[in-house]
Amino acid sequence: MSKHLSTKFGDYGGMYVPELLIPALDQLEQAFIDAQQDPEFQQEFKSLLNDYAGRPTPLTRTRNLVSNPKVTLYLKREDLLHGGAHKTNQVLGQALLTKRMGKTQVIAETGAGQHGVATALACALLGLKARIYMGAKDVERQAPNVFRMRLMGAEVIPVNAGSGTLKDAVNEALRDWSASYQDAHYLLGTAAGPHPFPTIVREFHKMISEEIRAQILEKEGRLPDAVVACVGGGSNAIGAFADFIDTPEVQLIGVEPAGKGLHTHEHGAAIAKGTKGILHGAYSYIMQTPEGQIEESYSVSAGLDYPAVGPQHAYLHDIGRATYESVTDEEALNAFQILARKEGIIPALESSHALAHALNMADAAEQETLIVVNLSGRGDKDLAHVQQFLKGDSHNG
Amino acid sequence: MDRYAQMFQRLDNDKQGAFVPFVTLGDPDMETSLEVIEALIAGGADALELGIPFSDPIADGPTIQKSAIRALDKGVSPKDCLAIIRRIRERHREIPIGLLLYSNLVLAPGIDEFYRQCAEAGVDSILVADVPIREGEPFMAAAKAQGIHQILIAPPNASEQTLQQIGELSSGYTYLLGRAGVTGTETAADMPASNLISKLHEVGAARPILGFGISKPEQVKAAIEAGAAGAIAGSATVKIIEQHLENKAMMLTRLTEFVAGMKAATNR
Repeated sequence: MSKHLSTKFGDYGGMYVPELLIPALDQLEQAFIDAQQDPEFQQEFKSLLNDYAGRPTPLTRTRNLVSNPKVTLYLKREDLLHGGAHKTNQVLGQALLTKRMGKTQVIAETGAGQHGVATALACALLGLKARIYMGAKDVERQAPNVFRMRLMGAEVIPVNAGSGTLKDAVNEALRDWSASYQDAHYLLGTAAGPHPFPTIVREFHKMISEEIRAQILEKEGRLPDAVVACVGGGSNAIGAFADFIDTPEVQLIGVEPAGKGLHTHEHGAAIAKGTKGILHGAYSYIMQTPEGQIEESYSVSAGLDYPAVGPQHAYLHDIGRATYESVTDEEALNAFQILARKEGIIPALESSHALAHALNMADAAEQETLIVVNLSGRGDKDLAHVQQFLKGDSHNG
Repeated sequence: MDRYAQMFQRLDNDKQGAFVPFVTLGDPDMETSLEVIEALIAGGADALELGIPFSDPIADGPTIQKSAIRALDKGVSPKDCLAIIRRIRERHREIPIGLLLYSNLVLAPGIDEFYRQCAEAGVDSILVADVPIREGEPFMAAAKAQGIHQILIAPPNASEQTLQQIGELSSGYTYLLGRAGVTGTETAADMPASNLISKLHEVGAARPILGFGISKPEQVKAAIEAGAAGAIAGSATVKIIEQHLENKAMMLTRLTEFVAGMKAATNR
């Protein structure tokens, strides 16, 4: 088989998986390469995105959020996408790839349940059988999303191993796949994992940045000074960055979860505080002990609660093309409430991290600044959780 | 002197295959782990395959995952594991000792440094479960520099190209996967693997030892009849530890009996 895609971003990425999974990853890479050149596939993907999922999503200029008159802040409204978050984009793409490879089953992992919901809806639509691994702890704290997945016909499998959260769900999905790859596709939910996943996930989310470019040019007649997105594994951020990577005048800012503070051990800031290592098939920044055991991450937002980061983000950080900041639980919860009150939009806790940083930027700006925040998801799933937090009776995530 | 070559020569002379038990180092604790390994050797193990516990073992099923958790809960570190190996090596000069672990534990001290420490402890081979051949170059180079065999995996779905590479690069032995999936006795190995074994022979691979899903003497016998140079049993061995955590004497007796039973099935 001929190789067309680079497996690494600088030193980062790669295919650190058991030999057994290599043929499945090679098959996926080939299917992806073929599909990208197949107008029929592209047409079907586009029509699902437009007519089923609701693309293009609006670019909304905020009216009341920013008090600094020098600053204009836009929100890219992935929260309005079917499924409630950007996740649906790339899931539709990978679900179509599943069919293209002649596979009938889909395996997925999910943390907050957003990727699980997106997977369940795509599989319901396209007639695929989905089984979704979810940490036992997450099954408990994300009950509404578990019900959504089951309503749409997916099997949700609680994972008790390890810490019972997202990283353990990924482990279990990989284990399942190593026995089932002949009939099943592993529909990985973020821009991490072994090659070709980081590349596929980026390409299937790239329309976010392409739309931002076209929409902002139409509205403002110029490109934004900065695009800001939250980073867990980094899928919405890489989608929001992709089309701007070669446009150096647009600053790219990823926002990691600082949890209870970067000085504590309770955060998920792999770039800020992690070191280089291998987790889930990729070489990147990860949270680990000096001996190489993986540490548990923490964030108020389950979708950012992951102890590694996608390899392309590690690379963009190292070469200085993107900068990575972090925001605490408290700052994110504030931004969550401010957006609700000022603009009538309830954002996901994940996206609230990006927003919180953008608000800090807006306060500090001394010259005309045009900022786009990728509002990656809506906050319906977080309502009960935030309500508890605001009552002050939940500090255990 | 190469301990695997010596072992295969001795077994060929005796018309036997190899039986290789696997356990996780430090399971259930440091002291017992040493006794566990002695019990395996007492039962007639031809070589040892020993795991360093890792927090996220993606190639392992529930039994070996639990053994890693038991060891990690006791605070067992990679350095502690090498200390156990050093003590085994002092008492048993001949037995080949293989290490099985995950890449991040190798990267933490640095690849070259890790292999140096292993060589110094008396390790003969290293298998990194999540490093396929195409990512293997720096690991194989470090192994070569330290006189350690880098063990390669031959999966049932290996492409022609992968088999060719195994032919060129394998040394010590080739870890032949009896089936797809992760470690564990929940699913038995597919028998016979003779097709893959003859292909490995054609490409000049190091001699194949069959693992994954091996728990019974009949399977060992079938593996050797199919042309494998031996068989590895991991989860079945570890399960004996798990079942006797409250009674160490019984644990050690059962381990020795289990190995003896499996070893008895290796006669050609």
